[in-house]
Amino acid sequence: MKRMLDFVRLHKQFAILSALVFLLILTAVSAPLWIKISPYDSNLKDAFLPPGGEHLFGTDKLGRDVFSRVIYGSRISLTSSLLLTISVLFLGTVLGITAGYFGGVIDTVVMRIADMLISFPGMVLAIAVAGIMGASTMNAVIAILIVSWTKYARLARSLVLKIRHKDYIYAALTTGSKNLYILKKYMLPNVMPTLIVTAASDIGTMMLELAGLSFLGFGAKPPLAEWGLMLNEGRIYMMDYPWLMIYPGFAICIVVVIFNLLGDSLRDILDPRNKTK
Amino acid sequence: MNVKQLTTRLMQAIIVLLGISLMTFMLTYLAPGDPVRTMYAASGVMPDKETLEKTREAMGLNEPFMIQYFKWLSSSLQGDFGTSYSMNKPVASILMSRIGPTLWLAFFSLILMLLISVPAGLLAAVRQNRFTDYFVRGISFLGLSIPNFWVGLLLVYFVAFKLGLFPVVSMGAGIDKMVLPAVTLAFAMSAKYTRQVRAAVLEELNQDYVNGARSRGLKEKTILIRHVFPNALLPLITLIGLSLGSLLGGTAVVEVIFSYPGLGSLAVSAITAYDYPLIQAYVLWIAFLYMLINLIVDLSYGFLDPRIREGRKIYEKNA
Repeated sequence: MKRMLDFVRLHKQFAILSALVFLLILTAVSAPLWIKISPYDSNLKDAFLPPGGEHLFGTDKLGRDVFSRVIYGSRISLTSSLLLTISVLFLGTVLGITAGYFGGVIDTVVMRIADMLISFPGMVLAIAVAGIMGASTMNAVIAILIVSWTKYARLARSLVLKIRHKDYIYAALTTGSKNLYILKKYMLPNVMPTLIVTAASDIGTMMLELAGLSFLGFGAKPPLAEWGLMLNEGRIYMMDYPWLMIYPGFAICIVVVIFNLLGDSLRDILDPRNKTK
Repeated sequence: MNVKQLTTRLMQAIIVLLGISLMTFMLTYLAPGDPVRTMYAASGVMPDKETLEKTREAMGLNEPFMIQYFKWLSSSLQGDFGTSYSMNKPVASILMSRIGPTLWLAFFSLILMLLISVPAGLLAAVRQNRFTDYFVRGISFLGLSIPNFWVGLLLVYFVAFKLGLFPVVSMGAGIDKMVLPAVTLAFAMSAKYTRQVRAAVLEELNQDYVNGARSRGLKEKTILIRHVFPNALLPLITLIGLSLGSLLGGTAVVEVIFSYPGLGSLAVSAITAYDYPLIQAYVLWIAFLYMLINLIVDLSYGFLDPRIREGRKIYEKNA
């Protein structure tokens, strides 16, 4: 307990941001408990009600409560972007470590594919993949996963190559350690800190990309309460009913700002290079 | 870059383009949706099953994957990208008519971005850890966290609709129709770029030659403009190349918001309509443009950086 308090005192910014993220997650998880109006309840009589009264953020074209949809939207945004970040981290790390450790054909194949994906604007491919596979939140996640793992694989590979030919690795090999054991015991711990920091600061970007795909109609499908999709649906009516566009956009910004700040402060704490500056 | 390096680069580019073309072709091959039906749906009649099957046969859609791919590849290399299913026009001519507007938009927003981010980044670096620095960093942080499609929507609502300064829909030519889309694109990019300008300038400010110049009594302004800035410029040129490339992909969202008649909005409607020839050609074109830009950037290094230029002369003399 005392050590925790010391940590909080030392890294105030990080502690505050973690608390905010915790609050976000709590809001999202507990939404069904305290939100009385369902985000999917439509009532055409109540369509396009302005903000205020019973509907804090107004209602949309089907009379659904925008406040409730924005809060429920956080559930989808948080789960899909966390899922995406973890998958990218996992895929990139596994491919990068195996490529770096084993070298040879595996290395060539993985790295040539990575080169190919990097020498190409990622968003174009993500749009094509998500669009062709059909609109769904899962397909949007897969599309961005396909174009984003390369950064992590390259990073993991370069970190593995730094220690690949160290004496202690050869010592482990001579004493009969299995490859899998070496990968787990020496390689993984070596690459994880850097990769986790990178992943943490990428959550915000991932969220924006997912929302972007949904906005284009290649992500979440109606009637799902998802922020990008809500902006897409509200776009047509925004001249007369601007609240359809204002609130979901604000929600994205707030969440992305919090995650970006958290990523930055995590990097400040963990990245030794920043301490000297 | 000498001839040997250039050949290697070109070979690499060709391999990547082949890989990309194979990948997109595979994607469209595996994709759901029946192109024959799409084609007939666009013309307004839905024929019986037998005619559908005949058309499929005539279009070569029943042949094995690799044969289809090589046929498509060889005709693409001759400039024939097939016929668009949904618009019933040759893909090449549709693309040609859309490439101009997108390139103009990308170019315009790039200029705008440079006009914002270079002075801002310079200023932040010179005033490091003072109010101006924090201010610039704060704004650029926000710029990175706000989705560009939302910025676009806000601009449409407040500037175009409420204030009536610009047209809401950016159809047709004219610079006034390009302003809002370009501002939207420049907004997020400037945020990123300002940070990089700041970092690059700070890096140069810590070099010994700056101390040397100071001790010789040169004015801060002279040091900054004559010595620091040209040196900081070099890494930034790579970034311009990269951002021009990502612009080509990133314009899609903005083009859709402003109904701008460029490549991005074309791609989105092509994907929605399962218009495979159009999608394939679009992806290939973007890949090609992107690689061309990166190659030009790499080549420009040789001209811009005297260290590389002189180094090559010495190398060639000794070789």
